[in-house]
Amino acid sequence: MFTHIPNYPQIEKIETGIKGFDLISNGGLPKGRTTLVSGTAGSAKTLFAVQFLAEGIQRSGDAGIFVTFEEEPADIRRNVKSLGWDIEAWEEAGKWLFVDASPDPGEEQIESGRYDLGALLARIEYAVSRIGATRLSMDSLGAVFAQFRDGAIVRSELFRISSILRQLKVTSIMTSERTQEYGEIARFGVEEFVADNVVILRNVLDDEKRRRTMEILKYRGTSHQKGEFPFTVVSGRGILAIPLSAMELKQKSSNVRISSGNDALDSMCGGGFFRDSIILASGATGTGKTLITTEFLNGGAKHGERCLLFAFEESREQLFRNADGWGIDFEAMEASGLLKVVCAYPEAASLEDHLIEMKDIIEHFKPHRIAVDSLSAMERVATPKGFREFVISLTSFIKHQEVAGLFTSTTPTLLGGTSVTESHISTLTDSIILLRYVEMNGSMRRGLTVLKMRGSTHDKDILEFNIDGSGMHLGNPFRDVTGILAGNPRETPYDFHSL
Amino acid sequence: MESKTQYHLKLFVVGSSPRTEQAIASLKRICEDEFPGCYELVVIDVLSQPALAEEMKILATPTLIKERPLPARRIIGDFSDKESVLAGMGLLVR
Repeated sequence: MFTHIPNYPQIEKIETGIKGFDLISNGGLPKGRTTLVSGTAGSAKTLFAVQFLAEGIQRSGDAGIFVTFEEEPADIRRNVKSLGWDIEAWEEAGKWLFVDASPDPGEEQIESGRYDLGALLARIEYAVSRIGATRLSMDSLGAVFAQFRDGAIVRSELFRISSILRQLKVTSIMTSERTQEYGEIARFGVEEFVADNVVILRNVLDDEKRRRTMEILKYRGTSHQKGEFPFTVVSGRGILAIPLSAMELKQKSSNVRISSGNDALDSMCGGGFFRDSIILASGATGTGKTLITTEFLNGGAKHGERCLLFAFEESREQLFRNADGWGIDFEAMEASGLLKVVCAYPEAASLEDHLIEMKDIIEHFKPHRIAVDSLSAMERVATPKGFREFVISLTSFIKHQEVAGLFTSTTPTLLGGTSVTESHISTLTDSIILLRYVEMNGSMRRGLTVLKMRGSTHDKDILEFNIDGSGMHLGNPFRDVTGILAGNPRETPYDFHSL
Repeated sequence: MESKTQYHLKLFVVGSSPRTEQAIASLKRICEDEFPGCYELVVIDVLSQPALAEEMKILATPTLIKERPLPARRIIGDFSDKESVLAGMGLLVR
């Protein structure tokens, strides 16, 4: 027999449609409640408020009211056009209604005696009933306080508005200003009357780089992800949050092997890379990272797989010429539709923007293999924390696609050494290949070793390799040398080593 | 023949409550004292005419708009203080 478990009332949430935010908030905004969205100037508060309504209309036809205390409706309509939102069309369709409470610059207003904001309340109620709105945004509370002398009246009236919206079952956002990124929640003590749910938007200057983050500070009676999550504003799409901890590690693990594009390397790895694994190739400049990448892509194309290369260090021309020099015809691969090369300067955009763009390209091209040469170039444009988040997010995204990813990382020193990239990524990768210079008897030679190969045995030797017009050729192990990986190779008598 | 009306006033209120009634009475008293017979006062209930409130961008109630003589002025409050109401209309002559 079943025992009946009582259903406790749960706070329902509605998906905002703001990508990433719904994950961070474990399902969206609390339904029928007011959420305070607080941020400094330029933290994308107004955009958040607009997007909340725009997504509602586009995704589920939810009608929305925009109460503006600051900008005039005409300005808002114009400003969001570039994001692809046609407010005018929505107004005509009866899906969007402005309540224009922006200050009238021409008319002076004098206060004499007691008053309340009954007219505003009546206008909001009227607007909600006119189009059957279920979403409402108010932007911004600071501007209401600027219009009236008595802050106490404004506070109590805003409280009245939020409780009426609750009765009307309207899910709403109120934006408010902050003066500091880390400090009081909002000016004018507004958090005290809409304190149930607070989202903070930040726009922090860190090490000369702008970094936008969002944080859910509180969500009364319901769960959410904790901490700051980076987000970016993309033209044509608006706010995109990049949830890290909200992502689940649920990718499958495959036993299918794919070729690295080099037979000798395949056999070192115990028969090739796994189809859905992330491989890190690390080494100093000139040790052959781009070559490994090129062969990896060629190996895919030879088996009819689509290959995608993100190049952050070399131009398209250079890459094609390099490949040509190793006997690989990138042009033919591209013409057959099996190769796509995307070159970008790391400095051209913020890391968050790069990430969004890379994800878009991956989703669109649907590659079987992805190479990033080099991942460490991205360290230049980010803070250490930002870079780590980027790597984690990109790795998990690629793993979700269940395709193979090869990342290269440039070590800062020519001999030995590790890079920041390695320490961030090594635990996330399934395989690590080290490429090293080996100085012996007055000449520079190159060595390769497979350091890690998750789920498989692999060759533990450090093999010498040469590069010529037909690519990489692995040779014999450095049997009589130690200290290669540490960067100070020393010759040791062979028989001593083998004892 | 020219109209005697010189003062065109619009008053926005919400519903009818003792406070609203009192504000209307106070305003009428001021008008009768200062410009008897030459004013027009239109009282608008925001609840029955929300579209008009939207058009006029009314937030607070009571709100008095002195439309004529120009310049137009807005006064919010309950008109309990005659001097400040007249000052607000730009009519206080010292």
